[in-house]
Amino acid sequence: MADLTTTFAGVRSPNPFWLASAPPSNSGSQVHRAFEAGWGGAVWKTIGPPVLNVSNRYGAWHYGGQRMLAINNVELISDRPLEVNLREITEVKRAWPDRAVIASVMVESKPEAWHEIVRRVEDTGADGMELNYGCPHGMSERGMGAAVGQDPGYCQEITSWVTAVAKIPVIVKLTPNITNIVVPARAAIAGGASALSLINTINSIAAVDLNTFELTPSIGGKGGHGGYAGPAVKPVALNMLAALGADSVVGKSGLPISGMGGITTWQDAAEFLLLGASSVQVCTAVMHYGFRIVEDLCDGLSNWMDEKGLATIGDVIGKSLPRVSDFKDFDLSYRAVARIDEAKCIKCNLCYVACNDTAHQCIDLIDSSGAAVVPYGYDVRSNGKDEAVSKRPQPRVREDDCVGCRLCYNVCPVEKCIAMVDAPSGRESVTWDELMQSNPELGEDWEAMKAYREKHGIHVH
Amino acid sequence: MDSKGLQETHPPLTAHEALVEANRCLYCFDAPCMHACPTHIDIPRFIKKIATENLRGSARTILEANLLGATCARVCPVQELCEGACVLGAEHKPIAIGRLQRHAMDSVNDRGRSMIPVAGPSGRQVAVVGAGPAGLSCAGELAKRGHAVTVFEKRDLAGGLSTYGIIGLREPVETSLGEVRMIEGLGVRVETNQALGRDFVLADLQGRFDAVFLSVGLGTTPEMTIPGEEFVLDGLAYIEDSKLNPGGMKIGRHVAVIGAGNTAIDCATVAVRLGAERVTMIYRRTAEEMTAYLHEYEFIKNEGVEFRFLTQPVRVLAPGGHVTGLDCVRMELGEADASGRRAPRMVPGSEFTIETDQVVKAVGQEKPWAALGLARAKGFISVNEEFETSLRGVFAGGDCIRARGTASTVMAVQDGKLAAAAIHQRITEGAN
Repeated sequence: MADLTTTFAGVRSPNPFWLASAPPSNSGSQVHRAFEAGWGGAVWKTIGPPVLNVSNRYGAWHYGGQRMLAINNVELISDRPLEVNLREITEVKRAWPDRAVIASVMVESKPEAWHEIVRRVEDTGADGMELNYGCPHGMSERGMGAAVGQDPGYCQEITSWVTAVAKIPVIVKLTPNITNIVVPARAAIAGGASALSLINTINSIAAVDLNTFELTPSIGGKGGHGGYAGPAVKPVALNMLAALGADSVVGKSGLPISGMGGITTWQDAAEFLLLGASSVQVCTAVMHYGFRIVEDLCDGLSNWMDEKGLATIGDVIGKSLPRVSDFKDFDLSYRAVARIDEAKCIKCNLCYVACNDTAHQCIDLIDSSGAAVVPYGYDVRSNGKDEAVSKRPQPRVREDDCVGCRLCYNVCPVEKCIAMVDAPSGRESVTWDELMQSNPELGEDWEAMKAYREKHGIHVH
Repeated sequence: MDSKGLQETHPPLTAHEALVEANRCLYCFDAPCMHACPTHIDIPRFIKKIATENLRGSARTILEANLLGATCARVCPVQELCEGACVLGAEHKPIAIGRLQRHAMDSVNDRGRSMIPVAGPSGRQVAVVGAGPAGLSCAGELAKRGHAVTVFEKRDLAGGLSTYGIIGLREPVETSLGEVRMIEGLGVRVETNQALGRDFVLADLQGRFDAVFLSVGLGTTPEMTIPGEEFVLDGLAYIEDSKLNPGGMKIGRHVAVIGAGNTAIDCATVAVRLGAERVTMIYRRTAEEMTAYLHEYEFIKNEGVEFRFLTQPVRVLAPGGHVTGLDCVRMELGEADASGRRAPRMVPGSEFTIETDQVVKAVGQEKPWAALGLARAKGFISVNEEFETSLRGVFAGGDCIRARGTASTVMAVQDGKLAAAAIHQRITEGAN
């Protein structure tokens, strides 16, 4: 059995799965139940100044019959009194000494306000605190949340106010609503942060109601941008996580990163760990299915680690980071082609239409005599399943023409039916960067590029 | 036996069920379901429109290919057609195409008319004889092209077998009549109680119209020529009663149905659903040679109906006019006959009696079209590739030309559609 024990900025937890600072960690009773279900830690819903919430605060994006591929919210930080939250944090930590209890905090941008909250959080016995620099709605209009995270100067300054007095680890939570995630991360490091976490939610409008023309959800006839989270944001989060992992300043700092953004399954979590997260936080999946999902998060991760011979979480963290690269360093001579397993193929022809209409026109429909046929070519007098099935052509890739774009692989609905097969180009390995050093004219002159392609037998369709 | 009545077997899909099922469709390109459909409805297109809650567009997609989409959604043997060809059938459950089509069609009801564009008047007139699916399809397609179409129907109600011959469990009368109203809405004139050969002859129409389309279906159930046959009920009349006069219908306690085609199964369904204690189907060959669809056979077995294969009725016992039994002989299969099926022959000395108080026969239909003077094949009216009979300007389609293959509503609809294209070509080319 793999050891899931996690140590993050000195904070220990029995597994890397923490509730993110969000509605699931809104109260002591909820966090108690989450810990009973097996969660390794919880980042308390952000505590701070008084707020008032509105109804219809959660929107969602559903697609193709799948509910809540993403959620969108205009909920503010905790609307329960600070004293109540602090008391419950104290009680929960006392009851669960082996779990990570982190207080998420956000106060006015004044040193004394931050010093005060640090002192009060430390009095609860919490293991650490997370600075909410990401909330993109409501609080940012009051100069907090994303208003801080989006300004590296504020980010560094406020972080330093906190770290000047804090005795417990300080995690800075980054907003994704910026151009380059590395800039605020470096600011947090300069401010003395002990750790980073990302991503907070993304600015979004969930939908427009086609009957009323109001935004969805409608808050008394009005609507606005809210924070976007859930499965749909995972690729955005992974990219930002990898960007930090690839940054020299962040790397040299050695700061651990708590990853989040759309984690729903243990596979998602494993991907975050592989790209450098040392703990992961979950919100939307819990809001969809409840605390019980932690059982398979742990079980699935543990089984996978056993299968891969990875004994500890430390063995997983960052294992894929060396694979993160830029386009300029990719091998331009690498070639793969799509191959359809005709025994598995159900002849839906989705690969055909995708390739033919939008890619490189290199899949043919082949009849039983081996000839390419045109779609919809059957006799209008034909009828019945026997002819429709027996005369159905087989999609087949013309591998010589295939550029290996991988679109067909992505649209195919059948598991392992289309494979991307290595098809060595026979050309010497070369990157764009190397090419620009040896043949800089190739980046400027199409005639030079044409000559280069001809010389190296590179055909573009 | 439990009497479940003859209301439609499948309840309509709820909007949510339809959405879930529509989203399961892969949206195949050049889809096999579309190929398998005799009218080649663009099935993935209409299903995706259900998924986007564009029901109006979905219904229009169906109607563009098949004006009788509401009937076909209910009566098509989808296992043999679209659903049988679904790519999900091999490892999963095929998409419920028939039920989705019904969902789309029901959403517009007979307002379908409003979404079908009709061309301006062409000045041409076409007569259609018989208001069954082939006739209505042909009439509607011609009306869309601006031709003035008159349909002559011998019965009180239009709709043909959809109205009179499809058991209510599959299609209520109202669905069929709704389609008739939609076709009329396209400008088609339907004259009922007008029978070919009784109220008019073919030559009358040839004089008055630019073209004629015969969609006259088939006739009554043929004679078996056995003693006591006058006490045997006609299967088609039996089904018709169950649709139009179920209250006044008398169902036997033990009903014997002679035949093993789809109509025979419908008769057995009527009997079992309307209160017969026991229903026995009698067929002179075996399950292998039955012409009924396999899914129909499975269905009727689940209804608790018994089968007597290799059994030939020879005499109806009806002392004092009351049926008490059916004398039969056992059969055995010999060499293959002209139809490719092994011919049954009597086993000498094997006579026995089935106790029954009601005998229904469904052993095919007559082909009573000799008097029309048209070329025929095996009794069916012969047509060329353009659905034209041996008489120039007289076209035909539907069951009356179905010399090969299984007759079905959807095939009749396609005949009507293709014939309409040929008729349009003919009457607009100026050569006529």
